[in-house]
Amino acid sequence: MRNIVAAFLVMLAGIGGVRAQQSETCEVPGYLLFGDSLLERVTAAVAKDHALKIAVIGTASSTLSGSGGARDAYPARLEATLRNLLPSVSVDVVVSAKPRQTAEKTAKAFDKLLLEEKPKLVIWQTGTFDAMQGIDPKEFLTGLTDGVEKLQSRGADVILVNMQYSPRTESVFAIGAYVDNMRWVARERQVPLFDRLAIMRHWNDTGAIDLYAATKDITIAKRVHDCVGRALASLIIDAARLNASESKAPR
Amino acid sequence: MALAIPTERDLRLDLFRGIALWLIFIDHIPSNVVNWITIRNYGFSDATEIFIFISGYTAAFVYGKAMHERGPVVAGARILRRAWQIYVAHIFLFAIYMAEIAYVQSSFVNPVYAEEMNVLDFMNRPDATIIQALLLKFKPVNMDVLPLYIVLLLLFPPILWLLQRSATVALGFSVLLYALNWEFGLNIAAYPTGEWYFNPFAWQLLFVFGAWCALGGAERLSRVLRSPATTAVAVSYLLFAFAITLTWHAPRLGYLVPRWLGEWMYPIDKTNLDVLRFAHFLALAAVTVRFVSYDWPGLKSAVLRPAILCGQHSLEIFCLGVFLAFVGHFVMVEFYHGVGMQVLVSLIGVLAMIATAALLSWYKATERGSGPPKRPLDADFAGGQA
Repeated sequence: MRNIVAAFLVMLAGIGGVRAQQSETCEVPGYLLFGDSLLERVTAAVAKDHALKIAVIGTASSTLSGSGGARDAYPARLEATLRNLLPSVSVDVVVSAKPRQTAEKTAKAFDKLLLEEKPKLVIWQTGTFDAMQGIDPKEFLTGLTDGVEKLQSRGADVILVNMQYSPRTESVFAIGAYVDNMRWVARERQVPLFDRLAIMRHWNDTGAIDLYAATKDITIAKRVHDCVGRALASLIIDAARLNASESKAPR
Repeated sequence: MALAIPTERDLRLDLFRGIALWLIFIDHIPSNVVNWITIRNYGFSDATEIFIFISGYTAAFVYGKAMHERGPVVAGARILRRAWQIYVAHIFLFAIYMAEIAYVQSSFVNPVYAEEMNVLDFMNRPDATIIQALLLKFKPVNMDVLPLYIVLLLLFPPILWLLQRSATVALGFSVLLYALNWEFGLNIAAYPTGEWYFNPFAWQLLFVFGAWCALGGAERLSRVLRSPATTAVAVSYLLFAFAITLTWHAPRLGYLVPRWLGEWMYPIDKTNLDVLRFAHFLALAAVTVRFVSYDWPGLKSAVLRPAILCGQHSLEIFCLGVFLAFVGHFVMVEFYHGVGMQVLVSLIGVLAMIATAALLSWYKATERGSGPPKRPLDADFAGGQA
């Protein structure tokens, strides 16, 4: 029986095969990555100080486990890419990722972070834990709005990062309401949204990264984080209207 | 006391409920390209509104007659029996959900999803999870409609009684409850946190409105519905909603939505049946009633027969749809998830729903033919399942 199913599926795979061609790059089409919201404080800081301090705040999906985890996770990849593309700017990325934090709880810690690190840009990855816990979407919306307002009022630009595309758990917990709320807050507060969900889905659908794969191997995870880090760098450069040096491609 | 109970079944109800059941099934399969055909992409409301409205309509149709002929106690008892059947069906689906989750937990690892896999924590506390599920407080994905339905039926006997005494007062009471929820945010608490996805205090409006229409309201509205002005307003609103939803699919068009409009309109709240959603459903219904009449010959055609069959066995077919959506997603995850497969899974699912509905009809026909003398109009026999 399983053989028959398998044969049938191979046939189907032929139908969809055109789309599944492996591609080596994880490029992101502009319409998924770029928007109209600008990072004006980043632009000003780079022009004035030639320095850019970025804080990445998030939960477990902003980290990677294992010995080289911190080096391979997307905040470090973002830092490396930006340093490469902006050789004249001193780029510094600090990470504050705590597992199991709702947006509301994360936002409470913003005062301390702003005081200690004084970032010009805060990349706020959130939504996953709220969705998993089934936090009331209205509460999530309030926590998110308050957090973004707080960051903006203390002089930091903000980029919101939403959930990962996770096909295996799609029928385990529902993220729709939280995704909509993040889009809404990004639009209302005019902050760029890094639509990790749509972007990772794009990589999966174009065959760039197989996100259905079940594996203990860290290779796919490293690749996802590398690609996320590089795409984030492109978003920052675009939204802050910075001039990237074309000569050196990121590692 | 005005009692207006239609004598012949309105096949339009079955037709559109059947279609709604298909759409709900298709929407429940994640990462499915076929999702694009469902109405939620083209306006504010979706198949859930259709399903709840028609369920209210048929509940009043079936139990209203019982209440008229046998009195409120018998009718109330039948309604409660129906609620119990739906509860059992819900628990059955919960068992399937747990099976799927247990499988995912034991079979799937990928360091990318270390965070997402934490959601399965609740598997470590089966005591709390199962008890909360029995209390309808635990919310498995895609299984929010049945708890809503159960609560609506539990509250239905007094509402039906009131509807038969004074339909206007009953509808007014329903609108008042909706307004109170709007003002004070009533809802039922969920486990471990949050509230019900479909707030019964809000969604009862559609159910009671459906019941009101069944008990003579539709006739009272018929003059309004026939007026070209109503159709014009309804069509304009549908076009407006379509234009707005376009900007969701193409965020680059978002700037076309004026800021004040966005601030007034968003977020469009599904949990509390946003007024915009309710209005969208009304507009859809008005246009449908205008162009598909009660005696439209197409309703008897073979082409629409499958949808009508599904609509006549809504509880079974709804549950089957939830189950098939799980299976479909499982097959796509385990074997292959390309576009061809997504179309195939959706198609096979709908065919399975039709085949099951046909089988159920066959059972009923044989039982009616050989069994004891025909019972009066009953939820199980009239095909008018609430």
